[in-house]
Amino acid sequence: MSSPWSITLATLTKDIRLEWRSKDALNSMLFFSLLVVIIFSFSFDPNAEESREIAGGLIWVAFLFAAVVALNQTWARELRNQVLDAYRVSPAPPNSLFLAKALGNFVFVIILECVMTPLFVVFYNLRVLGPAWQLIPVGLLGTWALVVNGTFFAAVSLRTRSREIMLPLLLFPISIPAVQSMVEATRIILAGDGNARFWIVLLLTYDVVFTTASLALFGTILHAE
Amino acid sequence: MKRLFPILALLTAVLLIYGLYQALVVAPTERTMGDVQRIFYYHVPSAWTAFCLFFTNLLASLVYLVWKNSKADALAVASAEVGVIFCTIVLVTGPIWARPVWGIWWTWDVRLTTTLVLWLIYVSYLVLRRFSDSAQTPVLAAVLAIFGALDVPLVYFSIWFFRTQHPQPVIGGGGSLDPRMLHAFLINLLAFSCFGAMVCWARYRLERLHREVEEAQALESLLGAPQ
Repeated sequence: MSSPWSITLATLTKDIRLEWRSKDALNSMLFFSLLVVIIFSFSFDPNAEESREIAGGLIWVAFLFAAVVALNQTWARELRNQVLDAYRVSPAPPNSLFLAKALGNFVFVIILECVMTPLFVVFYNLRVLGPAWQLIPVGLLGTWALVVNGTFFAAVSLRTRSREIMLPLLLFPISIPAVQSMVEATRIILAGDGNARFWIVLLLTYDVVFTTASLALFGTILHAE
Repeated sequence: MKRLFPILALLTAVLLIYGLYQALVVAPTERTMGDVQRIFYYHVPSAWTAFCLFFTNLLASLVYLVWKNSKADALAVASAEVGVIFCTIVLVTGPIWARPVWGIWWTWDVRLTTTLVLWLIYVSYLVLRRFSDSAQTPVLAAVLAIFGALDVPLVYFSIWFFRTQHPQPVIGGGGSLDPRMLHAFLINLLAFSCFGAMVCWARYRLERLHREVEEAQALESLLGAPQ
């Protein structure tokens, strides 16, 4: 019997290999967020001062919408050939599967952010006035906040009719405090007014609370019959 | 238990009528806000009832997850539906009061935003129940209720911090309260609590009846198909 971590690692490498070969989720996320960025840029056409105020909101909304594209494919992929049923009857712990899926989505969304952030800087002529290194913890914690709940609610919405619509309906209300923290932290760092520490701590709290809740309840969701 | 229902209904009706009389006739008009202040006698009791119902929903969801008791799930459905209705009353009466008093319909204040997010979470709860009609629906819904309950304190803190940095109009006036106002308020609080409990109870019985009928029909179709 292999350890929970090796199961997580095996599922994670499988997902990343699948994504590397097909690039379905990544390509659609990238193109989708590019469209969002361009449409926002047309509709607001801000000057440098304004873009510092609104860029935090725009960039995170773009990532949130794009992440839903990847999250929707997380579990749907396992329905073909009854992979999920096989997982259910296997003795592997459910949380290993959940962690693998969440980490996989985390990697995809981080890649998306690494590609899209430079584009954002170009389109909105951004120049960071605050401590730019703080954007790294905000990005990591914020992405994990979206992805951990997203992976969980994708598993919840798997059993519903029209599941592609269900996921954002369940995810967005719960994500409101996380999104607000990311947006405010990013705005403060970009504009350089004040200290973003409160928002980073709040994001960390959100991550800890919902990672714990997801790990505690994922088994119930997976085995709900 | 079922005999208690008409008594509760009668009590609710009497209290609501008496509360209406107290709020509109007996309670004095507030000096600065005028008659629009009377909406408080409905706004605050509705909020109280909604929060009690959402709390009931959380407890029922926890009970369901632990003991898989179908009565707890029926109570969860009933309390969530009725809670959303009362929460909607709160969100509608609030702006009606705020417009003449604050001069704005809406502000991103702690209480307003937390109530709105709570309403959004419970609407998504009802949508989940509507879109999923399999046997796992109660489990999924109960899990969502727990996630929602974890979310609300975080919403509260985030808005609280946000608004302490950007000052906003102060809610309500302090000062001493006329005893007749307090009386009208307490009567309405009691009346709305009874009203909420009554509607929730009726909805709970309806849900139980609905499930019994479904079970009977399923059993009948199993037994009544001789081949």
